[in-house]
Amino acid sequence: MTMLPPRTERSLGLVIDLDTCVGCHACATSCKEWNDAGHSAPLTDTDPYGATPDGVWFNRVHAYEVQTPTGSRTVNFPRSCLHCERAPCVTVCPTGASFKRATDGIVLVDADKCIGCKLCSWACPYGAREYDPDVGVMKKCTLCVDRLYNGNLPEASRVPACVAACPTGARSFGDLGDPASGVSRLVQERGGFDLMPEQGCAPVNKYLPPRQPVTPAPARLERKAGNVESALLRWIDRLLT
Amino acid sequence: MNPAWSVILFTTAAGAGYGLLVIVALYSLSGDAAAQGPLALVALALAGLLVTGGLLSSTFHLGHPERAWRALTQWRSAWLSREGVLALLCYMPALVWAAGLARGTAPGPGWPLATAALALATVHATSMIYASLKTVDAWHRGGVPLNYQLLALASGAVAWLALRQWHGIADARDAAVTIGVVVAAAIAKHRYWRRIDRAVPTSSLATATGLGGHGTVSVLFWPHTEDNYLLKEMRYVIARRHAAKLRRMASVLAFIVPAGAALASVALGDAVGSLLLGLALPSLVAGLVVERWLFFAEAKHVVANYYGR
Repeated sequence: MTMLPPRTERSLGLVIDLDTCVGCHACATSCKEWNDAGHSAPLTDTDPYGATPDGVWFNRVHAYEVQTPTGSRTVNFPRSCLHCERAPCVTVCPTGASFKRATDGIVLVDADKCIGCKLCSWACPYGAREYDPDVGVMKKCTLCVDRLYNGNLPEASRVPACVAACPTGARSFGDLGDPASGVSRLVQERGGFDLMPEQGCAPVNKYLPPRQPVTPAPARLERKAGNVESALLRWIDRLLT
Repeated sequence: MNPAWSVILFTTAAGAGYGLLVIVALYSLSGDAAAQGPLALVALALAGLLVTGGLLSSTFHLGHPERAWRALTQWRSAWLSREGVLALLCYMPALVWAAGLARGTAPGPGWPLATAALALATVHATSMIYASLKTVDAWHRGGVPLNYQLLALASGAVAWLALRQWHGIADARDAAVTIGVVVAAAIAKHRYWRRIDRAVPTSSLATATGLGGHGTVSVLFWPHTEDNYLLKEMRYVIARRHAAKLRRMASVLAFIVPAGAALASVALGDAVGSLLLGLALPSLVAGLVVERWLFFAEAKHVVANYYGR
């Protein structure tokens, strides 16, 4: 059923810290590794060793430059499904293959019902859904639903693969519907924000802004007037240029 | 957006079929004699071919065409599902109407009326598949459903006029109806083009990354070196100068030639009129294909922002 649940018991999602993300792509590769054998397996690659490799990924790490009056900075930006409260990819699905779970808010695709019309990927502003041409269905981040409730894994590993892999702790996982949860407090403390709120999707995943850079006090350089060594160096410099 | 041929073929052919059903139904309801006779049956058969061919072609782009029946289930939320349900419903009164015409008995005004209403509703559902997507500014606007309706009616009207002309019963009133619908479609389409040219984008790289408040955001690197699904499907945007040329081409082929042929058919008599309308039909088809191709190729999806496009 592609009607959205009026409310979900929990709102499981990610909080991604754009300040500490170093752009190492460990989240993307560990996601690919886990999910290639997981709920939506396989994540088909086409022409993997050829000139135009392509394939299904649930997580893609962009890098942006932000120009400010005091200089520019690099911001690494992982992009994946935000498991929106008002997920437009769910309501446009004509077959009922797309759904949002009322228990934990995870947005999933039932691969046995999907007809591969791609309309969900058109409806998503975040580019979270990718078509697998080999299987003929749409695929997307499952929030590693097959890890979260997996009794075969140790308790500590029951988090999305991307969260487990992140070496800088830039990815946190939890219930964003519970204001007392760790992730909700993190969002509160750091001013977490929604991507493209104007699209009206009410994303569950939040992003934490880069912190303001701490400007170091300028080092004091002692001027040594009449320093013989520096005069000699200047002379050599002039000679060589 | 990437213009998929199966969808272009479907929306233009099925649109023309539904437009033809509406026009013939209106003629029938107005008491026109030819719309109660064998000519109407020919028109209904042609409309049936266009609609059925279009619907079948729309399944060609699916990953799993054999599961297409599932698309009829989610009519409560999805316009694509509503379109499928309405398209199937429309067959019922149309077939009863056609059967009545075939037997030579008057089928009663209820059947053409129901056919016309469901045909209009189906075209509306098709247009809403696009107009409901907030992610594509060029589509998420009120002009889109009106455009689809008028273009469907215009193509139906030209086909009906040609049938009447070949049957030797076209008169000035028929030509005037056709010209009126074609001109209305042309005005609506030009208004749409003017508006999308002036529209301010809803989202940008600044809002897509949420970093706009920190400074000017630009793309440093893509996550991948080659085009992925998103870029192949949603980055396709035609250069503006090509678009301008194609818009002129669509206007000439889909609006000016058919309207001119309709006008000339009244002035120049049956033989020349039949020939001109025979030429106007392929011109209209070509013009609508160009127009529909542009509808996709000119539309930018917000996800392209992440890639700086």
